[in-house]
Amino acid sequence: MPSIASYDFGDFVETAVFLKDQAVFAVADGTVRFPAGGDRTVEAHAGGLLTARLDRYAPRLLTGGEDGRVLAIAADGAVEELASIGRKWIDAVAGGPKNTVGFASGKTAYVRLGAGELKEIRHERTVEDIAFAPKGVRAATAHYDGASMFFPATGAAPAALEWKGAHLGVDFSPDGRFLVTTMQENALHGWRIEDGKHMRMTGYPSKVKDWSWSAKGKFLATSGAPAAILWPFSGKDGPMGKAPLELGTRGDTMVTAVACHPAEDMMAIGYGDGMVLAVRFADAKEALLRRGGASPVRTLAWDAKGERLAFGSEGGEAGIIDIAG
Amino acid sequence: MSDTPSVTPDQIPVTVLTGYLGSGKTTLLNRILSEDHGKRYAVIVNEFGEIGIDNDLIVESDEEIYEMNNGCVCCTVRGDLVRVVEGLTRRKGRFDAIIVETTGLADPVPVAQTFFMDEDVRSKTQLDAVIALVDAKHLPLRLKDSREAEDQIAFADVVLLNKTDLVTPDELAAVEATVRAINPYAVIHRTERAGIDLKRVLGQGAFDLKRVLDADPEFLTEAEHVHDETCGPDCGHDHDHGHHHHHGDEHEHSGHDHAGHDHGHHHHGKVAELHDVTVTSVSLRGATLDPKKFFPWIQALTQEQGPNILRLKGIIAFEDDPERYVVQGVHMIVEGDHQRPWRDDEKRESRLVFIGRNLDADELSAEFEACSARQRADA
Repeated sequence: MPSIASYDFGDFVETAVFLKDQAVFAVADGTVRFPAGGDRTVEAHAGGLLTARLDRYAPRLLTGGEDGRVLAIAADGAVEELASIGRKWIDAVAGGPKNTVGFASGKTAYVRLGAGELKEIRHERTVEDIAFAPKGVRAATAHYDGASMFFPATGAAPAALEWKGAHLGVDFSPDGRFLVTTMQENALHGWRIEDGKHMRMTGYPSKVKDWSWSAKGKFLATSGAPAAILWPFSGKDGPMGKAPLELGTRGDTMVTAVACHPAEDMMAIGYGDGMVLAVRFADAKEALLRRGGASPVRTLAWDAKGERLAFGSEGGEAGIIDIAG
Repeated sequence: MSDTPSVTPDQIPVTVLTGYLGSGKTTLLNRILSEDHGKRYAVIVNEFGEIGIDNDLIVESDEEIYEMNNGCVCCTVRGDLVRVVEGLTRRKGRFDAIIVETTGLADPVPVAQTFFMDEDVRSKTQLDAVIALVDAKHLPLRLKDSREAEDQIAFADVVLLNKTDLVTPDELAAVEATVRAINPYAVIHRTERAGIDLKRVLGQGAFDLKRVLDADPEFLTEAEHVHDETCGPDCGHDHDHGHHHHHGDEHEHSGHDHAGHDHGHHHHGKVAELHDVTVTSVSLRGATLDPKKFFPWIQALTQEQGPNILRLKGIIAFEDDPERYVVQGVHMIVEGDHQRPWRDDEKRESRLVFIGRNLDADELSAEFEACSARQRADA
């Protein structure tokens, strides 16, 4: 049985990440916690923290809050204010290549270029999420009736990818060939970027609120069902015409958080009852990592080596699971 | 039709405040935010500017209507509310209730539907009541130039007939009759400068049918009494709360004729007939119904005529069922649940009211009657 270091942050844990091998937790009360080695707390956002994401291109946590500020928090707890737009909620943040940071508030997507210049890209509808392509500085936003892609540095008009309905989350596949969104409906939608071909990924009993790309981008693992649903993305057509993998099926609760292992074809799955399982893709073999808890698992994150898993839950319970024990 | 989920203590009550520009919404909001009531309210507004109070629980949000991608034109939600409510409700115990202020031109329906159609919002909140503020002086003009003003009244559980000090008694009576013509079932309060005891506006439980009906068994009977709040919330007067009085005896049937039906879509008494009013209501009564007939009917009806139905409320007596069954609906969304056992002294009858447009009262009445558990005995 793996060993667990448990914490209770007393409030909704929005995001768990590892920064330079250290588990860090962003909590909705506006704090960022560094529990290991002295239990430091960074007071990040007055009022509350709304969103937090690991910058995939730099060892830092990006956060947005009710105070209209966007922060970068480093592994040593140093806080850098990247933007402050007044009394508006920051609904999404994302890190891109070349020290680029994007965020969204209302109908505006903001991109802060590496040198610090802030670009504002107005949208017709509310910008629900923002993401960056793995190469170049190309951003995508999710909104009502589709997604938009643009090169923020150039100021050229965004390219529209249309699909009816409200799109709430957006991400590029790790190889940059596909753009995928989560929707207000219980579905994902995707486009192959080279030709705009559509991919419908449906059949979920509830909204998809967490997703994770597997090692080398072979699968996109998602929450929103009694099992983790993994769509195959390795073929040239992506998941089109293919059935997804279903892993860690439970009869009495839903998958609420997913995190694919950084190197192996296996993943961690968090459930509505607080349970955490590790499941191997090849044979669907399961290992129990956490028996259960008081509230749904909200967030899961592996360290770079894939030896430790951080989890955080809606009620404030959190921890670090050492897989080797 | 889905069962109404039981209210859990974790569900935060939400009050929706509608009303045209100048009707007094901001005045009422300021009152809610500044009065010493010992409660904390999160307020979702369209613009901070109007509210002169600094409070970190006031959230600005752009009205954003999302049509659900299911082929149903009236299945709309407010995307901004999904996001803001999700953000506000993550932290337990931060505030006691949420108030959503809508713009003057807002359609109240997507706002209300958000609290039924979005699973996350629905699990964390409970729609408490829709309050419409009406400017007594300018309502006739508003009804001429917009459909929204009428929709807001038609959809409301509580109407504050505000600025009563700016009209003559005759004008007030006429405006009130107009409001009543649009919505015979709303509770009307007369106010000046939105002065009302907040207990009459917040914590109403108007969408919680169980609670409404327990507190007020005559709920589905057309009301003609109006509260007069012109002396303000702080006065010591004893206000008359005997609203929802049973309206005459048109609906009464003889004790032996339980299968009799009556639709009271015609307006009574002080109700105005105005050509600017396009909303009508239909009130149906009958004896015990057959669930095998009623459920398919109400499902099909709301599927086909959902766009015309603004609100639907009812208490149903099913044959061989010891409990009262309550239903409510907004457009194509219908919910129902058992409420409590029928009491021995209660007449076991079914009542159903619709507020909407292009409602065919005769057809609804005939179809409702066809849901009867027993065929009427031949004379």
